[in-house]
Amino acid sequence: MKISLKWLREYVDITLSPHELANRLTMAGTETEGMQCIGENWTGITIGEITDINPHPNADRLKLVTVNLGSEQTTVVCGAPNVRIGSKVAFAPVGAQLIDGHSGEPFRLKSARIRGVTSNGMACSEKELGISDSHEGIVILPDEAPIGTPLAEYLGDVIYDLAITANRPDCLSVIGVAREVAALTGQELHRPDTSYAEAGHPIEQQISVEIADPELCSRYCASLITGIRVAASPRWLQQRLLKCGMRPISNIVDITNYVMLEYGQPLHAFDYDQIQDRKIIVRRAAAGEKITTLDGLERTLSPDMLVIADQKRAIAIAGIMGGIDSEVADGTSSVLLEAANFNPGSIHRTGSALNMPSEACNRFERGIRPELVDEAIRKATKLIIELAGGQAAKGLIDVYPNQQDQEPILLTNEKIRGLLGIDFSTDRIVAALTSLGFTCEIATNSSGVRATAPYWRSDIKQEVDLIEEVARIIGYDKIPTTLLGTTLPSQSPEPMVKLKQMIRCHLRGYGFQEIVTYSLTSLEILRKLLPDNSIEPTPIRMANPMTAEQEYLRTNLRANLLTTLYSNRKHEDDSIRIFELGKVYLPRQNDLPDEPEILCALLNGPRQSKSWHEGDSPVDFYDAKGTVESLLHNLVTNLDFEKSSDASLHPNKQAAILIDGNKAGIVGELHPGVREAFDICEPTYLIEFNVTTLLPFTTGHKMFRPIPRFPAVVRDIALTVDREVPHHSIQSNIEGTHLVTKVTVFDVYSGGQIPGGKKSIAYRITFQSPDHTLTDDEVDKVQKQIIDKLSRELGANLRS
Amino acid sequence: MISRLEQLKLGALKELDLITDAKEMELWRVNYLGKKSELTGILRSLSSLAVEERKPVGTAANRIRTELENGLDQKKCALREIQLTAVTREEDIDVTLPGRPLPTGRLHPITKTINEVCEIYNSMGFQVTSGPDVEWNYYNFEALNIHDDHPARDVMSTSWVDIEADKDRGQMLLRTHTTSVTARVIESQNPPIRVVEPGRVYRYEATDATHTPMFHQIDGLAIDKGITMADLKGTLYEFARRFFGEGRGVRFRCDYFPFVEPGVEMAIECLVCNGRGCRLCGNTGWIEILGAGMVHPRVLERGNIDPETYSGFAFGMGIDRLPMLRYGIDDIRLFYNNDLRFLSQF
Repeated sequence: MKISLKWLREYVDITLSPHELANRLTMAGTETEGMQCIGENWTGITIGEITDINPHPNADRLKLVTVNLGSEQTTVVCGAPNVRIGSKVAFAPVGAQLIDGHSGEPFRLKSARIRGVTSNGMACSEKELGISDSHEGIVILPDEAPIGTPLAEYLGDVIYDLAITANRPDCLSVIGVAREVAALTGQELHRPDTSYAEAGHPIEQQISVEIADPELCSRYCASLITGIRVAASPRWLQQRLLKCGMRPISNIVDITNYVMLEYGQPLHAFDYDQIQDRKIIVRRAAAGEKITTLDGLERTLSPDMLVIADQKRAIAIAGIMGGIDSEVADGTSSVLLEAANFNPGSIHRTGSALNMPSEACNRFERGIRPELVDEAIRKATKLIIELAGGQAAKGLIDVYPNQQDQEPILLTNEKIRGLLGIDFSTDRIVAALTSLGFTCEIATNSSGVRATAPYWRSDIKQEVDLIEEVARIIGYDKIPTTLLGTTLPSQSPEPMVKLKQMIRCHLRGYGFQEIVTYSLTSLEILRKLLPDNSIEPTPIRMANPMTAEQEYLRTNLRANLLTTLYSNRKHEDDSIRIFELGKVYLPRQNDLPDEPEILCALLNGPRQSKSWHEGDSPVDFYDAKGTVESLLHNLVTNLDFEKSSDASLHPNKQAAILIDGNKAGIVGELHPGVREAFDICEPTYLIEFNVTTLLPFTTGHKMFRPIPRFPAVVRDIALTVDREVPHHSIQSNIEGTHLVTKVTVFDVYSGGQIPGGKKSIAYRITFQSPDHTLTDDEVDKVQKQIIDKLSRELGANLRS
Repeated sequence: MISRLEQLKLGALKELDLITDAKEMELWRVNYLGKKSELTGILRSLSSLAVEERKPVGTAANRIRTELENGLDQKKCALREIQLTAVTREEDIDVTLPGRPLPTGRLHPITKTINEVCEIYNSMGFQVTSGPDVEWNYYNFEALNIHDDHPARDVMSTSWVDIEADKDRGQMLLRTHTTSVTARVIESQNPPIRVVEPGRVYRYEATDATHTPMFHQIDGLAIDKGITMADLKGTLYEFARRFFGEGRGVRFRCDYFPFVEPGVEMAIECLVCNGRGCRLCGNTGWIEILGAGMVHPRVLERGNIDPETYSGFAFGMGIDRLPMLRYGIDDIRLFYNNDLRFLSQF
């Protein structure tokens, strides 16, 4: 909310500097988001009166203007079209700081010769003064502007942009902020005069009000002013509205807005003569009921919306906007002024449903107190009489069926100490609360006070609310700073947190860059993952997607990684290894989705960064598999692979990752069709596993194995087998043999002297006994057993 | 005899001086110090000498033997040095060529920041915990005193899930803050509680340099008997000191969040202008870092924790902002565009 310091000063004496004031308000909860200092740089600029205008001897469009500055007269060159004798202007002497009317840059005014005439100063435009962008003519001040007075004194102001928190609708007003300032600086609030002369017939004889739905309207107050003249507001009123960001319309409308800004109570003015049968009914709208609002749009209403109606039709949407039929217009002579209190939830829903946010709606939906109406309606009635003429009917209409007074709340010193960690004396507590308008009574049976909130506060409901008031008035900086001294809760870290961290660290060590992608994605991208463009499983859709790219919750990380790979390939020709470890969202019946943590990684491009050391061969399946092996050997004990059939991957270059025989993930080359769908040229390898599934296998307890005491014997054997025989079956055959402790495949070869359909495969076998040094004979015997078994079961032959 | 020995020594040392390789040196050793050498012969035959001659000759022979041995050792060293110099002179490389690269991966700056923040809170006894991204209306809003028509909902524009609402827990949504985890922890754990809850959060907002539909937050919660706002200030102050560095000004001011009372906002002195006021801090000199406060009694009651016995504090902080401030990153989208030219800088 924008608040003018000048206006604020009408209610409270302010001795702080504008910046200090901003800081005090901010610290106590009313944050100053911005500050505009009007006239800050107007040093030397004074109010002058134009006493003479003569043509410039050398230029048709320029004039020589004589300005009376009180103590002196000066003549300057002026090109503005709106100079008149008698006009009050803002006069800047040489040396004044102004804004250049064309470039918008600040500059210091110098003495200048303009077409042969020396000009020592100038009359300024709004733009030159930095008030607005208007540069068509010079500023013409009101006739009453005092000649010779510094302009900053007359027009200067500070406009605060305050962020009012949702619990403090009472501060959406100048008086509300003034109350805060008064409490924070120990000043008294000056209450404005709201008295006016009543005349004519009692109001009850001229209008009646019925609240048909007291739940949605707790209070309805009205005054009637007859014989008014609708016209433009006086300049001071327009200026105040403009400074607060509101547009002046007419005296009546401006007064309702002005009083709303002053008190925080929205008001509405009806053209009294347009109210049928002189009866106001506050009721719910009928289903499909229509009203044309002030903005000229026809609105269709529903029964959860509240309307102000006469006997025939709705004449306003309560708290949102008036109807055009009862609008106060040029010909209006009598005004019915409304100040009411509407249900915050209902106003919020109506405002959102009709998409009609407004200043009034903003206040009602935050829950202002019904007690605000009294002074607001009196002040507005007073202003109407003063500024639009006419006379007020005797009395006010005030329908307030269920008046609710503020209840006293007990606040104990003990509770303050317990929550704030500091003791405040009862006197200090009472002083803080009293400064905010609370009434305090010393509690009789406990150490503390019984405090009743002032009528304008809607946010004080329990003891903690009082504690915050005390704390913020005394100052949060008075609360000490301590470290937690309470019992340390038993430590049972979530194992998933640690596992995720380990996986990330290992992959980083293997040269992978972590990425973080959005959880929301599009069907279009998900479709690219399968050669037949199907989507499995069906992703969860958002009810209100912002864009088609962010419409569905991701069911895998692959799509986002491939998109990232593609976009980086455009500028990167080196090796790319990326991974993401994050959640996917899988639908479940009648429950929140399953959110397993998935690891997905991609390898693409050369195996090693291009350097002068080695040749640059591209990555292949075994780089991806090696990554899985290195990573998972660190985490689990029983890792295995088997052929798999993931449709997004190359049918012959993929393997399921098995942990203790359970499928935990997959490694493989991306299907060429899928790769092309993502515009990726080179073969790309994917690693993917479910970290949530992995978790239970990683928590096993490791036991120490003693270092072997007796030397190992190492033998190499080379075999020829049918090409189809997988390495895995040879390896497991050898591994199962007595005394064999390690088997490593070190050469795979086909072609050359190897017969067609066969391959040569070579193993290094380590033999070791836990209890003695092996002899050659022993090893020969075991080696023979191995070869016999391989020959028998897999048709392998030993190559000589 | 003694003069013969002196003569022998002079001859031997002269010869040793001229030796240039190991083979000659071995020959020399055999010749002068070997079993059949003259010197060894003399030492062996000492017993046959006259008694009065035996002692001086023996002393001289042993002295000369030691001198020759020392000479030999020195020569060995000298020859070894010459040889090594020759070998290493041959082994010449260009040390200015780049080394053989090890693979270098990196963690995402958001992950690094979360790790760093969690580590600080860990050391103060807070454990990392988590909750679902897709959440019930209840945990995201209702349990935190943010009812359907609460104005606070307007600033947390919500992405709703297109699944029929549950009659108790309401509509599914993408959590708008990690405070939803706080609501779950209060419901499921018993005091003493000390947790931090990092994670993804979502807002229904158009993307620009300061907004992305998804970003990261971390919430924290401590509940026990006797926890006060002084503890809240101390804990957060300690965090700020360790994350932003000693000497960085910290400010606590009153603010409003529906699930705490009193409410607190913590700001730090602007990292760019050090409190003087600049564009980054909107000329205030301060940068808001987090919201916090004492957990509202109604929030505790909903989790069946008695607010008359227990009290606690909660805080919530944006993660993305931290590396943005630290590294001067001016566009939040960079974190999620995943351009390797950006990511490789951290």
